[in-house]
Amino acid sequence: MTTVFKKTRGLTDVPFTYCPGCTHGIIHRLVAEVLEELELLDTAVGIASVGCSVMSYEFFNCDMIQAAHGRAPAVATGVKRTHPDKTVFTYQGDGDLASIGAAEIVHAAHRGENITVIFVNNAIYGMTGGQMAPTTLAKQVTTTSPLGRDVTQQGEPIRIAEMLATIPGSYYIERVTVIDPVSVRKAKAAIKKAFLAQKEGKGFSLIEVLSTCNVGWGVTPLDALKQIKEQMIPYFPLGVYKDKGAAQ
Amino acid sequence: MAKQLMKGNEAIAKAAIVAGCRAYFGYPITPQNELCEYMAKYMRSSGGVFVQAESEVAAINMVYGAAASGALVMTSSSSPGIALKQEGISYCAGAELPALIVSISRGGPGLGGILPSQGDYNQATRGGGNGDYHVPVYAPASIQEAASLVRKGLETAAKYRNPVMVLADGVIGQMMEPVELNPDPIKVEPFLWAADGNSGVRKRNFVNSLHLNVDELEEHNKHLQAKYRAIEENETLWEEYKLEDAEYMFLAYGTPSRIAKSAIGELRELGYKVGMLRPITLWPFPYKRIYELSKQMKFLFVAELSSGQMLMDVKLAVGYGTPVHFYGRMGGNIFEPAELVREFQKHAEGK
Repeated sequence: MTTVFKKTRGLTDVPFTYCPGCTHGIIHRLVAEVLEELELLDTAVGIASVGCSVMSYEFFNCDMIQAAHGRAPAVATGVKRTHPDKTVFTYQGDGDLASIGAAEIVHAAHRGENITVIFVNNAIYGMTGGQMAPTTLAKQVTTTSPLGRDVTQQGEPIRIAEMLATIPGSYYIERVTVIDPVSVRKAKAAIKKAFLAQKEGKGFSLIEVLSTCNVGWGVTPLDALKQIKEQMIPYFPLGVYKDKGAAQ
Repeated sequence: MAKQLMKGNEAIAKAAIVAGCRAYFGYPITPQNELCEYMAKYMRSSGGVFVQAESEVAAINMVYGAAASGALVMTSSSSPGIALKQEGISYCAGAELPALIVSISRGGPGLGGILPSQGDYNQATRGGGNGDYHVPVYAPASIQEAASLVRKGLETAAKYRNPVMVLADGVIGQMMEPVELNPDPIKVEPFLWAADGNSGVRKRNFVNSLHLNVDELEEHNKHLQAKYRAIEENETLWEEYKLEDAEYMFLAYGTPSRIAKSAIGELRELGYKVGMLRPITLWPFPYKRIYELSKQMKFLFVAELSSGQMLMDVKLAVGYGTPVHFYGRMGGNIFEPAELVREFQKHAEGK
């Protein structure tokens, strides 16, 4: 009998706390598989953020540090600067990274910190019950934009990958999604590329992953996948936004 | 190390490096800039890490990360900057991380001013972060003592896995005095709990302040409180000055304690038997000793560069016993010995 698939050693046996239908689980698995495949797991330090993935320090099977809301890139800076030979990554949602932690992510990229950031963008605050995030789409209904996001009052959604790509210090930036087998494979390749960049000492890498929040969006899991394709991707186009390695 | 003339901020920085502090994360703010600048100049060449953070918030979170991964680490700031660090200090306390925070205090509230003040006693000893936590606070009264307390602070932080603050008024930060530094690094037990990326050779470590289970969080808090009681028991420091025959007791810390010593000299010449208790740790506070001594005093006289913040702790110590009087200046003004003599005499003569 041959084993064709098994659970990665990169995840613990603790059951996920994510809602059924949420794609956080897939993203966790991809990060874990990449860490295992690149043989970085045993020397990795992950930084958990605040939001739905707050418990990720229970899930990733490596040393983990739980950070204050938005501060994961600063915490990662403290770890990486004092332990430059270790693999350091943050796992952050859009409320954490694009709102309260906007300064920390911009300056970590600006300094060219040799860390990898997994940025999960589901366009909503899931953990706190579905409030508007900086990435919430125009006209999208949330509990704090009950009539739909009014861009004249609440601004246009922030495009993090595009913004960070303009910063000289960033090395590799790509936006992916995990809505079907093809996009999952692409996401994994991107995550691998980001960790390889760190391994080679190239500097700051960030993979933005468009992810579902079927509960927060008030739709079925299948419709949530469709919503990413039809509504999120047109505003947040997939692709590589920065690849200093390719440019050289 | 030979005695050298150093500015307080620089002596604090050098004392930390010599003691074995391996990383500094800071942000410019007056009147602590020389500390940050000294670190910029010498931390890297000493094999350590220096990062000028984008904010005090980021700086304390870099401290959190470096400490969580096992580095002996510090930051420094001044009053409004310490306010911004309170979130991170609470997280360090919750996750039980050793770290040194140096506060060179200035006048407030708000932007306040840049001259020395002691209006941050409550900020330091009560903290502005959330939750039931304590931070040992050391208050030096000279450059030499500042250097010694930085060393002591790092030791205490490592020993108890707790953030520690050195609170110095702007005078200590800015003035120059001769100082002799202990050249030996402090001895620290290995941080076996650190998330330093070695899960391949041991069980994985994680550093965390989140406990969603109510009983687990209560147990964690009980554990923290037991630690704080041990710190109170073992780490309370104070200086007693001319108290053997005293009928009156001054209470002052930091620079004002030196002004009080001059006033005490003058008052003794005038025939008043005056002494002083100078708290060196503001938390834990020497409540018990103050209470014991208060019983032999006609009154206590608290002098601070604030509206009376340590005053409240002194009142807690004596309860409804011996009367407690107070004199303070604010805004960056510093009282002279003559002012303390005059104010003391008002109370002593019942005027």
